[in-house]
Amino acid sequence: MDANRTLTPVLDLRHLRLELGGRSILDDVSLAVREGEHLAIVGPNGAGKTCLLKCVNRILRGWRGMISVNGVSIAAYSQRELGRLVAYVPQVGGRPAPFTARETVLMARYPHLTPFSSPGLRDQRYAEDALALTGIGALADRIMDTLSGGERQKVFLAAALAQDARLLLLDEPATFLDPRHRDDFRRVLRTVNRRKGVTVIEVTHDLNCAVLDADRIFALKDGRAAFCGPPAQFMVREVLHRVFDRTFLTVNHPTTGQPVILPEVGGP
Amino acid sequence: MKRVTILGLTVLVTAAVLVAAPLLGLETIDPRQVAGGAGAGPEARIFWSLRVPRVMLGFLAGAALSVGGLTFQALFRNALATPYTLGVSSGAALGATLAIRLGAAFSLLGIPAVSLAAFAGALLAVALVYGLARARRGCSANIMLLAGVAVNFSFASLILLVHYTSDAAASFNILRWLMGRLDTVGPDEALRLLPLVVVGGFVALALHRELNLMSVDEELAVSRGVDVDRYRVILFVTTSVMVGGVVAACGPIGFVGMMVPHVCRLLIGPDHRWLGPMSLLAGGAFLVACDVLARMLAAPAELPVGVLTALLGGPFFLWLLVGRRGAACDA
Repeated sequence: MDANRTLTPVLDLRHLRLELGGRSILDDVSLAVREGEHLAIVGPNGAGKTCLLKCVNRILRGWRGMISVNGVSIAAYSQRELGRLVAYVPQVGGRPAPFTARETVLMARYPHLTPFSSPGLRDQRYAEDALALTGIGALADRIMDTLSGGERQKVFLAAALAQDARLLLLDEPATFLDPRHRDDFRRVLRTVNRRKGVTVIEVTHDLNCAVLDADRIFALKDGRAAFCGPPAQFMVREVLHRVFDRTFLTVNHPTTGQPVILPEVGGP
Repeated sequence: MKRVTILGLTVLVTAAVLVAAPLLGLETIDPRQVAGGAGAGPEARIFWSLRVPRVMLGFLAGAALSVGGLTFQALFRNALATPYTLGVSSGAALGATLAIRLGAAFSLLGIPAVSLAAFAGALLAVALVYGLARARRGCSANIMLLAGVAVNFSFASLILLVHYTSDAAASFNILRWLMGRLDTVGPDEALRLLPLVVVGGFVALALHRELNLMSVDEELAVSRGVDVDRYRVILFVTTSVMVGGVVAACGPIGFVGMMVPHVCRLLIGPDHRWLGPMSLLAGGAFLVACDVLARMLAAPAELPVGVLTALLGGPFFLWLLVGRRGAACDA
């Protein structure tokens, strides 16, 4: 069983191609993610990062190639079964939701409910745990529309956690958050990843956080894989330039000594 | 107030309306006179063969329109959606208009030609919208909405064309049909409508968790495990057939389908688990109550019930909207 786990990737993409409106979005992307890994997907805008996530949870269809979760093609799962295996935190967006935070989180228990049944005590416990873990228990009875962007994003994270999937996809979850909310967010992700062994795949533009948090970096450029490897190998001038067409400096942080990526001074 | 209490009150009010409505009208009927069944005298005959069927039809129609509006508002995340948004009523109206214009006087299995033609027109509109949306791969909510609007416009102009070529008598009948009415003799119309409303209502109420998730965000609903494409088609078809049946029987009665769900949402909140049953009951009770007033206000004449629904419901809705600050009315 354990040997199997290490051998079968949680997520396996092979030769993934996607076209939308006649335009190639993903072009022959292959990627395997093993259980318990924290993977950061980086790349310029329009590189196909979001689309890649949306193919995995079947928001987008019509791709070619192969996507398997736990060694089984996602075409073989019902949407409900897939919802038990893969959870998703979308980009910050204007989702006008008249529900409370608690209701929003509880609604994420959907894939675990049998048809026509309502969330029970067990589901409520999952929801409360997720609310507590993300530190928004005090906001639980507030209507989503009255929450700030950062708070709302934490609710969506709590909802994804309550969904209790082993694979968590996040699409720029912290891009618009202030430093405190962002670090709260990262802390929760680290807890979930390290303690519960949840596999985390995170699309991000924050290269320094990606390098600190992720076990591995996967870079997309123009729909193709441009880099895949450990953070240390990513922090190289040539690699960064190849991915972003932009010159970066890497310096060591004055107090931690960790390498930090800086844009080359001098503006655009 | 707790949601259980609100729903309980709705049940009580609905029951009261349903009991009182057949007793009220041009002549108020004493309940003791009708206890013996339809054979117990003229009042009993009016009660059992005219008023009770009329109340049944009104309740079914109101409930169906209200649940249909609720479903479409959630499905298209659009507060302005009504059960007619996707062209069902204009399809039915075109069918009915044609039948009236051509003087079709036959009936099939006891169903008059106008109703048959209206139902056929409704199904045609449903098929058109579904086909148009399907042709553009994916069948997304937006495409369906636009296809529905387009079908609505084309059918509306065809109705005008048919109307324009009609003589005075047919023209009056067309206009009268378009206003919507609940007059019925005997229980046949209500009984024909019953299975459509039971199926449509059951599907919409049973899928309350899916509607909740889809009403927030479709992509998020997919990621939570909702097979959105499938449920959208199921809800669209069952709701449209149900609403098509209502329009075929009563004409396009307006307002109920758009406003009753909003009023219920303001009172009981956005959770479809509560909102569905409340909309169903409130829609039915509201239309029955409007019909009683339509029969009594201008007695011995009758006002078209469709005129009254908007006349009463509009100000009430505004009062709720303005009077309860901060209440969320987004679909």
